[in-house]
Amino acid sequence: MVSMKVNRRRFVAGTAAASAALVAAPFVRSANAAGKLSVGFWDHWVPGANKATEALVKEWAEKNKVEVSIDFITSQGNKLLLTTAAESQAKSGHDVLAFSTWLPARYADQLVPMNDVMEPLIKENGAVNGTVEYLGKLNGKWLAVPATSGSQIKGPCSRIDLLKKHAGIDIQAMYPAGAAPKADAWNLDNFLKAAEACQKGGNPFGMGLGTTSDSVDTAGALFHAFGAQLVNAKGDIVVKNDQVRQVLDYYKKLMQFLPADVPSWDDASNNKFLVSGQGTLIMNPPSAWAVAKRDAPQIAEQLWTHGFPVGPKGRYAPFLPYFWGVWNFSKNQSAAKSLIIFLSQASSAEKMTNASQGYDIPSFEKLTTFKVWAEESPPKGTLYHYPNPHNHQTLSIAAAPAPHKIAEQIYTQAIQTQMVVRYAKGEAMDKTLDWAAKELEGFSRN
Amino acid sequence: MADIAARNPAGHPSQQRSSLHKLMQRKSTIAFLMALPLILLITILVAYPAGYAVYLATLNKGMTRFVGFGNFEFLFGRDTFWLVVYQSCLFAITAVIFKAIIGFVVAHFVHNIPAKGQRKWRGMLLVPWVIPPAMSTLAWLWLFDPSYSALNWLLAIFGIEGIPWTGEAGWARFSVILVNVWIGSPFFMIMYLAALKSVPEQLYEAASIDGATWWQRIWYVTLPMMRNIIAITALFSLIVTFANFDIVRVLTAGGPLNSTHIFGTWAFRVGIEGGDIPLGAAVSLFMVPILAVAATFILRDITKRGSEV
Repeated sequence: MVSMKVNRRRFVAGTAAASAALVAAPFVRSANAAGKLSVGFWDHWVPGANKATEALVKEWAEKNKVEVSIDFITSQGNKLLLTTAAESQAKSGHDVLAFSTWLPARYADQLVPMNDVMEPLIKENGAVNGTVEYLGKLNGKWLAVPATSGSQIKGPCSRIDLLKKHAGIDIQAMYPAGAAPKADAWNLDNFLKAAEACQKGGNPFGMGLGTTSDSVDTAGALFHAFGAQLVNAKGDIVVKNDQVRQVLDYYKKLMQFLPADVPSWDDASNNKFLVSGQGTLIMNPPSAWAVAKRDAPQIAEQLWTHGFPVGPKGRYAPFLPYFWGVWNFSKNQSAAKSLIIFLSQASSAEKMTNASQGYDIPSFEKLTTFKVWAEESPPKGTLYHYPNPHNHQTLSIAAAPAPHKIAEQIYTQAIQTQMVVRYAKGEAMDKTLDWAAKELEGFSRN
Repeated sequence: MADIAARNPAGHPSQQRSSLHKLMQRKSTIAFLMALPLILLITILVAYPAGYAVYLATLNKGMTRFVGFGNFEFLFGRDTFWLVVYQSCLFAITAVIFKAIIGFVVAHFVHNIPAKGQRKWRGMLLVPWVIPPAMSTLAWLWLFDPSYSALNWLLAIFGIEGIPWTGEAGWARFSVILVNVWIGSPFFMIMYLAALKSVPEQLYEAASIDGATWWQRIWYVTLPMMRNIIAITALFSLIVTFANFDIVRVLTAGGPLNSTHIFGTWAFRVGIEGGDIPLGAAVSLFMVPILAVAATFILRDITKRGSEV
């Protein structure tokens, strides 16, 4: 846990200058409201990215005369998850905490409603995508605010040269830098053909089918592309449907062209596969590209981040937002909300995105055209399409639209990838569907 | 009571001091006071969490109402749970058997090394046991890496096709057991070595005079003299192996297709990652009856032999 303290002696509480600052802060209305604030942020993968957040908090703290302590908590080894669980049980801890994808809904009863924060932010920065709303809003109550830091799209990142050489696809022409995609031909049939060609050429696609997040997210997007739901929004188990059968059949064909060991891949495997020069395509945010830029620049020069192939029911890409939430046992809720509003301003979001080399994506629609994505290189424009600037694809999350408590279990227990592997390894379709139905039945308990 | 009061007039300070002094002089009191810090530590770090886990296991998913044994009943109806029970037993029993055999054989080798060089060998052989398992398992993870396995690279030199160490259920089970055996064998070795050193040399001499073969010496002298150590070591290792977490978590995270999950890793998956803490607590508590039965049988055997002696 990285810790930083921003201390400021509140020696001029009664002076005109301090009063002016307090009045200017929307939620810090009196000297009593200032006080102390404890914040737990996600510890960013990208070196140096925490510094932008730290500087922004310091700026806010000085302006509002609040003593802030910041912890950057890593998600490695589930430390952030464990911290959240511990704070929820102890009813004590940080005032503001970073909540990963499913956690706002999990802790809905313990979070302060954020409608008074979200409504002005949406007015100012534009609407949020459906996935953010699904994950962050329950029964009309905003549970937390989508954070810039850590939010990501896990779209395809491809080798320009290898796609051209093996499959005859010019991905830069399909997804030109600075312009809308011309990707009508980028559909699941052509994706399969390209996967086959690249496998035959010795540089297969690297799509994991393990139980970790990257694998589950990719499978989730392809299930959405077929309209394949396991549990519907009402909570009914609907896994035995034609769309699920279609996506399993598709995956079975696709798996023949993927490396044999994909069922055991974790979230690092796809990155290593691409950076080593073996793979043509992976599904990942630009962290793999950033590592290649540092460790294998000749490979980074050939990488291009772009959109998902379109399926029978549309073009879907996995979006994983982080959220900033405030516990209901927080002692300084007004200051906590004030800080979150400050961090959600366009200028703050841009600073965070720049510091993360374009990795972080704000969830608001007006904040997806920062310069960093157009300018990052090599090659120039490689990240232009990463934040989905032309709304070319629907941002989604695996297991949606099932009720959160069921969907979270589908996601964490990787039911979709397990179904794919079972069926692709020769299990009968009905047996796979029966197995899934039984698991889903278990997730529905209260 | 009146008699006691008469012989022990309360309120006399010098007598009170003297009885307190006597109490403090008792060996049992001193022993209790010396053990008190450990008792407190165990109460705080073991008894309280265990009690809390029992409490959690009796709550519903939302932790809002008491459901008694509802979570356990629910588990009994899940295929994945029975897969985890099977895998946990397979993992623990197989690993303990191999650790015991390897520990026994290596202890004999080390015992027969001349005393001068024995210390170095003992030290080297203990290395796998003293490295934190989370670290050494990471090294194994790289050896088993799906795409860049060093072991497969070695096999390729001899023209043997790569093995999906963590990609196929059978091989993944083999891999987690192998790593557990690698880490745990030195513990058995050092315990057995200590037991071997305590076997009186005269017994072997007498056996030799009687014309006992190598195997007969092992069977009729060494093993009976080591039985209690073997039983206690096996019990201790069984408990630790059943409760293992780090090896499976780091190496396979329970995959592929849940085929390597054991109680600890599945409890974590269900309880912490999946947000169903009561069910996770119920999974982890399921180890208790299994281990209690094993401990009862093993300890009863030891007590029986102790009374025979």
